[in-house]
Amino acid sequence: MPILEVNNFGKRFTIHHLNKTMHAVEQIHFSLKPGEFIGIIGKSGSGKSTILKSIYRTYLPDQGSILYDSKRFGTIDLSKATERQMLFLRKYEIGYVSQFLNVMPRTTSRQLVEHSLLEMGESEDRARMEAENALIHFELDPKLWDTYPNTFSGGEKLRLNIAMATVKQPRLLLLDEPTASLDQQSKKKVREVIEKLKRNGTTLVGIFHDIEFMEGLCDKVYDMKTKHFIYEKEDECIV
Amino acid sequence: MYEKPILKVRHLHKQFGKGCTQCQEGHSESLQKNYCPKCGTVYACRDVSFDLFPGEILGIVGESGSGKSTMMQCLYFDEAVTSGEAYVNDSDLMGKNMFELSAQQKRSIRNHKYGMVYQNPVHGLKMDFSSIGNIAEKLIAAGKRYVNEMEATSKNLLDSVHIPLFRMKEEPQNFSGGMQQRVQIAKALSNNPPILFLDEVTTGLDLSVQANVLDLIKKIQRELGISMVVVSHDLAVIRMLADRTVVMLNGSIIEEGLTDQILEDPQRAYTQQLVYSLI
Repeated sequence: MPILEVNNFGKRFTIHHLNKTMHAVEQIHFSLKPGEFIGIIGKSGSGKSTILKSIYRTYLPDQGSILYDSKRFGTIDLSKATERQMLFLRKYEIGYVSQFLNVMPRTTSRQLVEHSLLEMGESEDRARMEAENALIHFELDPKLWDTYPNTFSGGEKLRLNIAMATVKQPRLLLLDEPTASLDQQSKKKVREVIEKLKRNGTTLVGIFHDIEFMEGLCDKVYDMKTKHFIYEKEDECIV
Repeated sequence: MYEKPILKVRHLHKQFGKGCTQCQEGHSESLQKNYCPKCGTVYACRDVSFDLFPGEILGIVGESGSGKSTMMQCLYFDEAVTSGEAYVNDSDLMGKNMFELSAQQKRSIRNHKYGMVYQNPVHGLKMDFSSIGNIAEKLIAAGKRYVNEMEATSKNLLDSVHIPLFRMKEEPQNFSGGMQQRVQIAKALSNNPPILFLDEVTTGLDLSVQANVLDLIKKIQRELGISMVVVSHDLAVIRMLADRTVVMLNGSIIEEGLTDQILEDPQRAYTQQLVYSLI
């Protein structure tokens, strides 16, 4: 039973003022099983982010279906779920991570991670403890814990984002170009982070533009150009 | 549906003026925006329906004159609706259209279920009463009778909105705009309302004070789980506060969605214009 099944998905953007409609993506099919990591590759502009943002409903999907096997609602089509259902899923089941930090201003890294837990109804003590664990786990310098993340580097923002998303232990985590514009050293760190997530059994959908990075990391690689899997790991056990 | 709305608004309609044969109750094409040039009737709210769920912040955006504030005033019974229904999820009021209740029942809802923060603190506060007196007034309306208890509650609230307690006996007219707004919020919260209406609460405040008030609102939501309707023409405020957002134009709801979706993938021409104007 797949945890996520994307069928004949397509997305257009209409800009009324220019009287233009653009087809961002069309005819996307893929599915993944619990615990799998699927990587999506393609040129910039090929619609990778569009797919991810549509799954998270930051974009409103307009064609096809995105079936997600929710713990709370059973199988649900994310393209038709109500806004309140989406908010619930974002809070408890589906995480989204990019390099861009879109958070409450005037909030420290530590508070941000704690809020992720508090909004799920965790107690304050537990939130404090788990937030620290997450910040240690994703190797954010303790000097940065009690500062505002505005001035963080790309890599630091990303790791904070990952900490905020993963403390919730989401069932499905969407990674939107987490390595773009990072140097080799930071990329290596991100890779280790993803390996950790995978070992914990998180189902991941990630988009990347460098194939090298994904080697040995993904169970499946979906190519936007051919619209097929170009790589599938044969045995599913992860060493 | 897996949850019940705490407030349900259906087909809220509010017009100023009698209407004529030409404007046909606001359905006619001959209206200029929401104004009938022949009889001068303004259709301020046209068939407005939405749900407010427990613990959420619902954002309402739109340009001035789009009917946002009128809608809030109708919900808070400051204005009578022309037609429409509103239901609150409460065992005593289940299935009763709140707009049809007696004045006394409406007052009781305002005292026990609702809090309101107006854009202009003059509407929400008695400017020549002491700040703590303002809060006590609302507490008395909500049925509190013990002075000690009321004083403790008021102090607590003023402290939580960062009003120094040594100034609690001062009149709000001596305060700055930001402080007045915070006293107004404290007053609105004093009866522990499950539903809070916030009408352009940060408009006209300077940025640092605005930040203060926004942080306070977010904190209230997180800690008390109050459901809020936040009206603002400022998308930055909506982006920071609201989970879901409704876009109003000429008295009607033209679009609704998750706030990030409204901002990143707006569907309607007007919403696109609004979002693209964001600097």
